[in-house]
Amino acid sequence: MRICVVGCGAVGSLFAANLAQLGDVEVWAYDLAREHVEAINLDGLRLSGAGDVVGRVRATRDATELPACDFGIVATKAMHTESAIRETAHAFTAGCVATVQNGIGNEEAIAQHVDRVIRGTTFPAGKVIAPGHVQWDVKGDTTLGPFEPKPAPQEEVERLAGACTRAGLPTQAVPDARGPQWRKVIFNAATNPIGALTGLTHGRVCEDPALRRLVSGLVDEGKAVVAAQGIELDADPEELIDHAAKPEVAYDHKASMLQDVEARRQTEIDYLNGGIVRFGAEHGVPTPLNAAIWALVRGLEESWTL
Amino acid sequence: MIRSTCVVGAGAIGSLYAAHLARVGESLVLTRRPEHAAALNAEGLRVSGRHDFEARVTAAADPSVLPEPDVVIIATKATGLEPAASAIAGHWPGAMVMTVQNGLGAEEIVRRHGAWQLVSGVTFMSGTKHSDTHVEYILDTPTWLGPWSGTPFERVQEIAALLVESGLQVEALPDLRPAQWSKLIFNASVNTVAALTGLPHDGHFAAEGRDADLGRLVRGLMDEGKRVAAAAGVELHDDPWAMNVLATKRGSAHYPSMLEDVQARRPTEIDLITGALVREAERHGVDAPLHTAPCTGS
Repeated sequence: MRICVVGCGAVGSLFAANLAQLGDVEVWAYDLAREHVEAINLDGLRLSGAGDVVGRVRATRDATELPACDFGIVATKAMHTESAIRETAHAFTAGCVATVQNGIGNEEAIAQHVDRVIRGTTFPAGKVIAPGHVQWDVKGDTTLGPFEPKPAPQEEVERLAGACTRAGLPTQAVPDARGPQWRKVIFNAATNPIGALTGLTHGRVCEDPALRRLVSGLVDEGKAVVAAQGIELDADPEELIDHAAKPEVAYDHKASMLQDVEARRQTEIDYLNGGIVRFGAEHGVPTPLNAAIWALVRGLEESWTL
Repeated sequence: MIRSTCVVGAGAIGSLYAAHLARVGESLVLTRRPEHAAALNAEGLRVSGRHDFEARVTAAADPSVLPEPDVVIIATKATGLEPAASAIAGHWPGAMVMTVQNGLGAEEIVRRHGAWQLVSGVTFMSGTKHSDTHVEYILDTPTWLGPWSGTPFERVQEIAALLVESGLQVEALPDLRPAQWSKLIFNASVNTVAALTGLPHDGHFAAEGRDADLGRLVRGLMDEGKRVAAAAGVELHDDPWAMNVLATKRGSAHYPSMLEDVQARRPTEIDLITGALVREAERHGVDAPLHTAPCTGS
């Protein structure tokens, strides 16, 4: 089986390095960061933290070098999905492409270039600490399911999930992955931008009663958008929020969006709160708080250009 | 006849009042820091920008060493009002006291410290304090005054006339609440968004073309504020959205004080601006979810 990870940042590296441990899987990585790609090709892709592995991965910045693959796993930031899949689609004409990205709308972008698409959501997290070296912060589950408008066959979804699970990334193949996906989207949309706007860690956001109420207001709008689509959440995002606020879980965690803001990088706000607003509008569900947060974070990004 | 005035709190706004008033009468200044008073007494107060002059003022950090003024202008930020009012408690019983703080409720706070005749004010002028003795006059937008709790309107007009004579833009209104609320809604919408985004009050605040444009949020905040005003029985003096659009077309973008406060990591006036609006919303049974949201945090 040949798998190409498209976007080999923190999350992409967790998949690439772990999958490379399997004898029956050949792993490729497409990424634009030159030093990272060179380091991976020279010394392998190294994970440390929650698991310590070095994976032999063939990395490239040139999409034309990619051979035909059975599977793609797209792990870029959401705003880069379209360009990344456009460049690499030729490798997947006979394969299936899964997304393990944040936010809403990635599957739609992938489906513009690829015929068999797998909806996905993943909880493992980490950060790139040096070229070719990723710190694995959090273990967690992944859920995959066919993307309805352009679905991958269920047996292919199961084949990819099986490989991920064997590689140490517990992954479930389900017929409808929208519930887990929306649960994570709601979680991210209700907490990440509040961290980004206030500079507070997840735990401190949750222990401020007024901010926690705002988080719940954002969650409630997300739940209404989900309900209007006839999607059933696999669990209440509120539970995830309270769980993550525990000192031993992610109290001190700076949401990736806060990390982006501190580094003045474009955030994924368009695909989180922006996605909730867009789907809300399509289904006639008002989402004023998500719209407000969306505009505020966009305004924050604009302030860097002054 | 107003012969002397005392400005309490010589920040940018207070310094602009004190310097101008020195041109038409005795101008006293009560400062928080003794060294600030000493510098003012030694060097006077320089105004640059829209006006250019030097003024002689008499300053002190202790009200008991100053003669009783006819009019007191408390020009601190809303966050400094309580200590300023308590500093003059027990002094100058014959003076009229004027407030110009952002938000609502400044008059009640002052009232708790003395039985002075009170005048409500809101000001749109802006300046930048370059040092303890130098203020740049940036926007010559007006100050509006009105009577509070039985103060005769003629007294308000007298103060307005004196300020106009001193060179400032001032208007006396029989009822200030419509103007106060217009500014409240404007500030609660613009200042908070500026503070959270880091954007000065520029064209972003009036842009509404796309979903995530900030103007949509600003309009939403203002609409919410207008509903609160309507429930409180206040007919606005100016439409806050029109004020917003006009201000963003001025050319040089203004940095609202709340943005400056956040950048300097100082406490902001959020509780007195957005907080005042949210409290009024609760009192009148109006939902204000958007104002409640940025009211929190940081």
